[in-house]
Amino acid sequence: MNVTAIKELLYKMADDLLIIGHRNSEWTGLGPILEEDIAFSSMAQDKIGQAGALFEILHQLGEDEPDTNAFMRDANKMHCAQFVELPNGEYDFSVMRHFLYDHADQLRFEMLANSSFEPLAQVAKKIKGELKYHVFHANTWVVKLGNGTEESKARMQTALNESWNYALGMFEEGDFEKELQNDNIFEGEETLKNRWMANIIPFIEKANLKIPNTKTWDPILGGRKGYHTDYLQQLVEEMGEVFRLDPTAQW
Amino acid sequence: MIKSLDPRIAREQINEDNTIAPLTEMDNWETYEVFHQKKRGDQHEHVGIVHAPNNEMALLFGKEQYGRRGVSVNIWVVKTSNVFASDYDDADIFETVPNKQYREAGGYKVMEMINKYKKENKGL
Repeated sequence: MNVTAIKELLYKMADDLLIIGHRNSEWTGLGPILEEDIAFSSMAQDKIGQAGALFEILHQLGEDEPDTNAFMRDANKMHCAQFVELPNGEYDFSVMRHFLYDHADQLRFEMLANSSFEPLAQVAKKIKGELKYHVFHANTWVVKLGNGTEESKARMQTALNESWNYALGMFEEGDFEKELQNDNIFEGEETLKNRWMANIIPFIEKANLKIPNTKTWDPILGGRKGYHTDYLQQLVEEMGEVFRLDPTAQW
Repeated sequence: MIKSLDPRIAREQINEDNTIAPLTEMDNWETYEVFHQKKRGDQHEHVGIVHAPNNEMALLFGKEQYGRRGVSVNIWVVKTSNVFASDYDDADIFETVPNKQYREAGGYKVMEMINKYKKENKGL
């Protein structure tokens, strides 16, 4: 078992979940409708909990304690895709990101449920139900807004256009694609991306939206290697502010 | 501007008089009654309401409002307008019921009889 390969996989998943969970939690108190505010915040908690489970596996493999790992690293040591660190914008962007990210996440965990790496397979099986709801929530909103008023349709299409290349960046290949495939740990980013595309297209169509023209596709890469927008450093400092005040405090 | 100690609220620079989304009278979707079931086979219990524009979203919201803590296996949502209820003015139809203790099951001491039978027939 190639531990370095597994750690690379775990880090990018955990960082994605931690950062998108944090971004989604920034909607708490500001959501458009009370029930939706509660639902979105609750899902953000779920995401951070899932990140926690992955950080725990990393800790078992010799990495730092989960809290330290999550809150002490600066942006250049984070492996999230740039997509998840972008500011929330308005609800249109946040919902579209929720839709694009959660579908990919659900499929990734589905693929990992059969992984030969037991701890990860177990986490994947456990959170299946959570992801089912997250995706159902995203599908419902995207389809409703895409079929709503002129304004909601236009906003959703713009959000899709702006998100697209960042979303493709979620599938940036790691250094150990072959090792993970050969060891039956993970089938790979390319496979995941194809399945993601197949899954989201029916909903995009139901929402009367269009995926950007293939000629304009240009995945925004770098996040997995620690290259981020300025937004991430601001985020990690704010997110880690309380923890960093006293990293050795007992909570 | 709303001044908040929470930086996430402060940076939104929200106007006190909320010109972005002013509330209008009756500016809510219709309500749905939410029932949840703790264990398959149990009765669904009424837990509250959600506001939603249609059945699907009522289920979506109901799951989080009332199913995010504790144990649930199932949620029902029913439009409040579909609940057919009696009138409070007619509450007098229930008035004499507390006097009718002969209708209570407590009068039938079934467990006593069962236990007596079991004791007498022990060893069979």
